[in-house]
Amino acid sequence: MIDVTTPPTPQRNRPLLGAKRVYKANTKHIPVLATLVLLVVMYSVGVYNYDGFGDTQVVLNVFVDNAFLLVVAVGMTYVILTGGIDLSVGAVIALTTTVAATLLEAGWPAGVVLPLALLIGTVLGLGMGCVIHFFKVEPFIATLAGMFLARGLSLLINRNSIPITNDFWTQMAQKRFRFDDGVFISLNVVIAVIVVVLAALVLAWTRFGRNIYAIGGNADSALLMGLPVGRTRIAVYTFSGFCASLGGVLYSFYTSSGYSLHGQGLELDAIAAVVIGGVLLTGGSGYVLGTVLGVLVLGLIQTIITFQGDLNSWWTRIVVGILLFAFIVLQRLVTRKAK
Amino acid sequence: MTNLLRHRLFWPIAVLVVLLASNLVFSNNFFTITLQDGHLYGSLIDILRRSAPLVLVALGMTLVISTGGIDLSVGSVMAISGALACLLIGDLSNPDSTTSVLLVVGAAIALCLVFGLWNGFLVAVLGIQPIIATLILMVAGRGVAQLITDGQILNVHSAPYRVIGAGYFLAVPVSFLIAAAAVALTVALTRRTALGLLLESVGGSPTASRLAGIRARRITIMVYVFAAAFAGVAGLIYSSDVSSADSNAAGNLIELNAILAVVLGGTALTGGRFSIAGSVLGAVIITTLDITAVSVGVPVETTLLFKAIVVIILCLAQSPTFRAKVFGRFATKKAATREAVAA
Repeated sequence: MIDVTTPPTPQRNRPLLGAKRVYKANTKHIPVLATLVLLVVMYSVGVYNYDGFGDTQVVLNVFVDNAFLLVVAVGMTYVILTGGIDLSVGAVIALTTTVAATLLEAGWPAGVVLPLALLIGTVLGLGMGCVIHFFKVEPFIATLAGMFLARGLSLLINRNSIPITNDFWTQMAQKRFRFDDGVFISLNVVIAVIVVVLAALVLAWTRFGRNIYAIGGNADSALLMGLPVGRTRIAVYTFSGFCASLGGVLYSFYTSSGYSLHGQGLELDAIAAVVIGGVLLTGGSGYVLGTVLGVLVLGLIQTIITFQGDLNSWWTRIVVGILLFAFIVLQRLVTRKAK
Repeated sequence: MTNLLRHRLFWPIAVLVVLLASNLVFSNNFFTITLQDGHLYGSLIDILRRSAPLVLVALGMTLVISTGGIDLSVGSVMAISGALACLLIGDLSNPDSTTSVLLVVGAAIALCLVFGLWNGFLVAVLGIQPIIATLILMVAGRGVAQLITDGQILNVHSAPYRVIGAGYFLAVPVSFLIAAAAVALTVALTRRTALGLLLESVGGSPTASRLAGIRARRITIMVYVFAAAFAGVAGLIYSSDVSSADSNAAGNLIELNAILAVVLGGTALTGGRFSIAGSVLGAVIITTLDITAVSVGVPVETTLLFKAIVVIILCLAQSPTFRAKVFGRFATKKAATREAVAA
């Protein structure tokens, strides 16, 4: 199950004898296509049922409100593609926002705080990757320890919410790119889109990206083929840690605060987005584009529930659970057919 | 001495002893147990009482992990069982009637059994990875619990219900007795019958067990049902202790603590051999850690940091690769001398 093709290229079907050549979707694309169909259906239902849902800004707001989740989910996609998991991302967001807010409050310049904040998750990710690779500790347990560590550290630094009043931070938070009257995106969206595009390119067209798919397909075979399994695996967790930190920085722009309870349960949202986006949880198959669609589905559920007005927030959880179930069964059917 | 050091429960017991001993430094009367109003009273009793839910959840988790699975939904199941019990008790005409409360408890546990069957069905019949299959219920379950309680915290006033989590029987906490009974039941089932062997064989290789004539599918479904039932009882203990159902707080992060307890107890996440005594010890260690943090005077939240450090140390201590790398030269030299002596 080593996949080296890029998302947009449809598979060339072998011509069948005596049969017409019909377009048949590559089985690997089916989950992503299903997510796309779901997204379109959800959007149409929204436009049909609610006034003002068709506004361009409604769609853009989904991006504005979920930019940090998008960045985190991209990192998670890399980890899950190798067959691992990263439970620490939510806690890393909390730690990043807390450290950034504390240092800014102490009067440190933003130019120093920003790289430091980004370094936190990266170093933690590197550490977890090393523990997972060198000491053969399960990713689940190693990142669980990372989660406890990051959450504990941020609680140790400050248990209360710290407001951020730094000029640079406020500027970044208020920066808007306007296209038309009342149609805009925030700086967070621009950063998130850059991360998504870069990550998709790296995954599709570099040796590193192919190594990730190879390890996810079968780590032992990858090792026997002479691929740098250890280096790739450590790099993937480092990247996920970096994404989580960047997500934390975006979150601190978004909320203008640092708080040790930020991002609770965010790892679940990220994993759910990745699964709904059609990435196989055993690793080896899936696309960054799918994850983007997954995040959009989650965001759109929120929007629909807000527009509906009389539904309570717990319906979000139930709907996400049902969608998770549907997509996992779909994945199961697709992989079974492929075999 | 080396046999003692090699025993799989040596490290968990050592950690527990160190934790308890460190309490002695900070509070002098930590080990005193007094009898007040016919109840045993003291920090040690407190540890036993407060570990009950985690011990129950960890028991179920041990069985699931021994088959090579994992159950992330236990926290949500706890929330659901507490929510349903409190809702039904609120509707009772006489909340102090023991029979009605027992019926309510039965209904709550029955609902948990259904959820356990669902998890087992997803894993064993549809063949979905356990971590993902139970993730569904973990996400949706809290929503269901909030749906049951309508997003409110339900308070109940029922004397018989209160007994489950906060009552005493013959001066011993009832919750501890429930947990002890569950441990005894599990040990009897797994170590006095062939069940334990079957579990370990399914964990070792489901395909090989099936070929050897073991109904691997049925056993897999069964462990998830067990896990959900134990989680349901834990949820009842929790909600009875606080006399309310809080869908967000009940069983929050308990799945991670339970997995931690199992791993601390020396059961590998890959399935196969399992140790019930180890998991119980692990659960008690985690509860002791929380209580120790309070008695030492550090903020409760920083226990997370404690936990992280303990997990890291224990994981590294249990990782064969780490041991080989750090103690490698030492161990091989020793083995060589032993071989020489034997020759």
